Amino acid sequence: MAHDTTVQTAGHDEHHHESPVVFGFWVYLMTDCIIFGSLFAVFAVLRNQFNGGPSGHELFELSGLGLETALLLVSSITYGFGMIAAHKNEISKVIMWLGVTFLLGLGFVGLELNEFAHMIHEGAGPDRSAFLSAFFTLVSTHGLHVTCGLIWIVTLIVQMMGTTEIPERMMNKLTCLSLFWHFLDIVWICVFTYVYLASMI
Amino acid sequence: MKNKLLARMARLGGLSSALLLAGCEMDVLDPKGPVGDGVKSLIATSTIAMLIVVIPTIILSLAFAWHYRQSNTSAEYLPKWSHSNKVELIIWGVPSLIILFLAVITYQTCHSLDPYKPLEAEATTKPLHVEVVALDWKWLFIYPEQGIATVNQLAIPVNTPVDFVITSDSVMNSFFIPRLGSMIYAMAGMQTQLHLLASEPGDYLGESANYSGRGFSDMKFRTLAVSGDEFNAWVDKVKSSSEQLDGQTYPKLAAPSEANPVEYFAHVEPGLFNAIVAKYNNGMVMDKSTGKMIQVQSAMSDMNMKE
Amino acid sequence: MLGRLSFSAIPVDVPILVGTFLGAAIAGLAVLGLITYYGKWGYLWKEWLTSVDHKRLAVMYIVLALVALFRGFADAIMMRTQLALAYAGNPGYLPPHHYDQIFSAHGTIMIFFLAMAFMTGLFNFVVPLQIGARDVAFPFLNNLSFWMTAIAFVLVNVSLFIGEFSQCGWLAYPPLSESQFSPGVGVDYYIWAIQLSGVGTLLTGVNFFVTIVKMRAPGMTWMKMPVFTWTAFCSSILIMVSFPVLTVAVALLGLDRYFGMHFFTNDGGGNQMLYLSLIWSWGHPEVYILVIPAFGVFSEVVPAFSGKPLFGYGTMVYATCSIMVLSFVVWVHHFFTMGAGPDVNAFFGIATMIISIPTGVKLFNWMFTMYKGRVQFHACMYWAVGFMVTFTIGGMTGVMMAIPGADFVLHNSLFLIAHFHNVIIGGVYFGYICGMNFWFPKVMGFKMNEAWGIRAFWFWFVGFYFAFVPLYVLGFDGMTRRMNHYDNPEWHIWLLIAEVGAVLILFGIVCQLTQLYVTIRDRNLPANRDVTGDPWNGRALEWSTSSPPPPYNFAIVPHVHELDAFMHDKENGIDTRCAGGPYAPIHMPKNTAAGFLIGAFSFIFGFAAVWYIWWLAAIGLIGVIGTVIARSANKDIDYYIPADEVARIENEHSRKLMAQAAE
Repeated sequence: MAHDTTVQTAGHDEHHHESPVVFGFWVYLMTDCIIFGSLFAVFAVLRNQFNGGPSGHELFELSGLGLETALLLVSSITYGFGMIAAHKNEISKVIMWLGVTFLLGLGFVGLELNEFAHMIHEGAGPDRSAFLSAFFTLVSTHGLHVTCGLIWIVTLIVQMMGTTEIPERMMNKLTCLSLFWHFLDIVWICVFTYVYLASMI
Repeated sequence: MKNKLLARMARLGGLSSALLLAGCEMDVLDPKGPVGDGVKSLIATSTIAMLIVVIPTIILSLAFAWHYRQSNTSAEYLPKWSHSNKVELIIWGVPSLIILFLAVITYQTCHSLDPYKPLEAEATTKPLHVEVVALDWKWLFIYPEQGIATVNQLAIPVNTPVDFVITSDSVMNSFFIPRLGSMIYAMAGMQTQLHLLASEPGDYLGESANYSGRGFSDMKFRTLAVSGDEFNAWVDKVKSSSEQLDGQTYPKLAAPSEANPVEYFAHVEPGLFNAIVAKYNNGMVMDKSTGKMIQVQSAMSDMNMKE
Repeated sequence: MLGRLSFSAIPVDVPILVGTFLGAAIAGLAVLGLITYYGKWGYLWKEWLTSVDHKRLAVMYIVLALVALFRGFADAIMMRTQLALAYAGNPGYLPPHHYDQIFSAHGTIMIFFLAMAFMTGLFNFVVPLQIGARDVAFPFLNNLSFWMTAIAFVLVNVSLFIGEFSQCGWLAYPPLSESQFSPGVGVDYYIWAIQLSGVGTLLTGVNFFVTIVKMRAPGMTWMKMPVFTWTAFCSSILIMVSFPVLTVAVALLGLDRYFGMHFFTNDGGGNQMLYLSLIWSWGHPEVYILVIPAFGVFSEVVPAFSGKPLFGYGTMVYATCSIMVLSFVVWVHHFFTMGAGPDVNAFFGIATMIISIPTGVKLFNWMFTMYKGRVQFHACMYWAVGFMVTFTIGGMTGVMMAIPGADFVLHNSLFLIAHFHNVIIGGVYFGYICGMNFWFPKVMGFKMNEAWGIRAFWFWFVGFYFAFVPLYVLGFDGMTRRMNHYDNPEWHIWLLIAEVGAVLILFGIVCQLTQLYVTIRDRNLPANRDVTGDPWNGRALEWSTSSPPPPYNFAIVPHVHELDAFMHDKENGIDTRCAGGPYAPIHMPKNTAAGFLIGAFSFIFGFAAVWYIWWLAAIGLIGVIGTVIARSANKDIDYYIPADEVARIENEHSRKLMAQAAE
């Protein structure tokens, strides 16, 4: 009896070590998903409150958006290559792919900031109307998440430099960041269709 | 232990009888109009229905705790007993039936006591229209048919349905005359409706039921429910005032003030109420008969748009 | 340089605040002096403030909650005193500016820092022990959650002496809370306090959800999980679903105030009712977040002191889960009076009433747990029976208000105030105090003094009725909430009675403090010591380990065979502890200062943001990010307790158990 329990205990203990981080992070992402869900709901309520100001139809330009979307989607793929390399324990490749992902993400944030600056310059800033408040808040919440992801990528690259193998803790971090990055991609697809495309039709 | 319990019961009994006595004169439980009457009987019916389960629950909690106390070794002890389908059926069933009953009366009264529903009256009585504006920290009443306006005093003829349209030119308030029944929010840029009727003459308290800032506690008005003749006399009295409410005087009135005295305005600019609503909607206001948004055309609207 | 902060922000002209400041300063200096005198700084820092042990964090949470109770109750009795005085032309002693801050702070503190902190304290203490785990899933985040809650509470209290607090009620409804109507710093203090503590609460929710899903002892299937753990589980889910919505609502209010946006403003196309919808789709689940764990406490206490298993365990679980789900479809009942149509109102009214069915079932379950039992009138049972009586009344008045037709005259009246205090004091507070009396010996290794506990109960119980029955009456008499003064002579007598009730509750709190003092003074009396770790003949796993439990909780993770695992083992002669080993080294997380540092930087950030001191806010933000990165790079985060040490601790406890059995 006692022996039996000990074996199970040891198994339980191992179990305790590996999985809760990724599962916990996934659960956390679901709460983040509710934040975005609420912001989408707010946008839905306020999307026609132009207050005499410009509407989405007048403001949004599809060309720049297409590039933004392409950058983010490609960055998800490059992160995927990074994860494949990580599973093979090829650290230099992981760092390379994370670097590419970082540049693509940086390009996305840069384009978004450029779009914002352009709109504010035209007098369509977030204080112009409830529609623009909701638009800027939803889109920049996503942008802020991407920025956090960028800081996270840099942190992991620095932590991996000069090491020769990927320990379990680092693998967990890479997996969490991977979940985070793909999650932001999905959110962006919703933003793109619901905020931009729906306003332009 | 027993004495303590008894003493407590006695005290509770005393309090509740005091409550019943006081109930005879309490505003909400002594209404002076059909809306209030409806609410009162709804409260009474639902309370009685719930007491069917609440009283046994309280008595049984105390009785079980007392009867099965450790020192009472004559009581039966079943240390393993933890399930009984019969008990489960009753504890799910009885509350469900009561809630079913309450759900039915809830649905009915949601419609019969809907504040937006006009009140029925004799065919000869024409309803009185009053437009209500919540300001910092006072109530403005506009009588569009009479062309007058007052602050912090509302006169209504008895046995006449009163159709209120309510908005705010400041923060959210709630328009409430406890003796007459229901309340409704006053919100800037929006119009809410309320239908009340006073069946007895009297001088009733009116107040805001939603906290609105520093001057909230004095944001009260008197409701004078009077006969038709007295109402006409009151209208004449208001008309004899030297004050007017228009684009020049309104901003002064709308500025924050606390414990504002009663004010009379002999003349009010037509369309003032719509202009107040419209200034938060880019000059648009909802037409109540069609439900469509229309542009407000009024001398007031220019003045208000600037604010 | 200092944004909008200047010396005029310090209210030296308000004698009450100056007095409070002096009192707080003297008390604070005395505590600091005592710690220095006894040379306990190192101990405090190493063993408590940086601790990641869920048992230590539980104690810190409950201490925080009791401090918040003190502050929140001081606000309450000041309000009652104001209303006992301020009638018929007498302005009372609190002008609106001060009074409005007090009721806003009272609600904010009682919900976010008393109730939430107390609840998290109970979760922390009980859940890992009940499920046979060695800690929560994320011990460091647990410490971080505590500090985020604690610094948010500090921020609220700083507003007493620097600037002002919100004057917009505990939910800060716009447009009153917009900068147009509330240009001061009060609402900004509110916003940052809510946001920072919200981070802590959300992490707590995630932490306990993952802990319960992933870390139950082998054999503990869902339907063998103790009821308190079930309630913690449901409450964590509610936290995870609803707190992000609160974050969004308050963040959007902040964006309106800081960047001139138009979410909830009167002009610009804003929609104030959107805020009400958002805040109540957090706010209604919030009351269930608080009360469901209290139900969990009673589900542990009543069986323990009735000498019987809980009646209808399955029913209890299903009732809890259905309350959890239903709590999301009732939020509109907080604003029936906005003029939604009768069908909308009827839907939300009926949905609300339906919640009373599973809630009523729970009451009957506790009742039938006592039925044919052997009820010991321990102090815990006083709170439990007092709860059953009081909560039933509160439930009834709640259903009354759920009927839209009735709510049209009761909304925002003192009837509402009486109702929610009836369920929050009678349900949540009685439950948490009951839980504290119940689990205290497990935490500290000695029992709480019962006589003072029972006295505290009677003062609270009677005081509650004196304080709140008059408020029900006043609600029927047309008195609305948040009034600062009034001129209706009929109201005065009831407000005087309510003041008496507040004083009785004050005596109750004094009795509770005395109870704590006497308990600690007499801790070494043999009758008070909990040698066995099982003082009440308990049923769940937390009673199978020693009191206080060793850092690792269970030397050998127990195997669960049945519901009420420990009782099953006792009845069948199974040694849950597997005393004698063999023991293996136990992997443990190391204490860390990172949580404290992130909390401190967040405080700096919040304070600076309130006062527009942007350079300081930047320092705070960089500090937070820097600490997170440094923590992520830290490799020295765990250690092993050697098997010999485990064996020594366990054998020592076995010796005590045998000595006790021999007596």
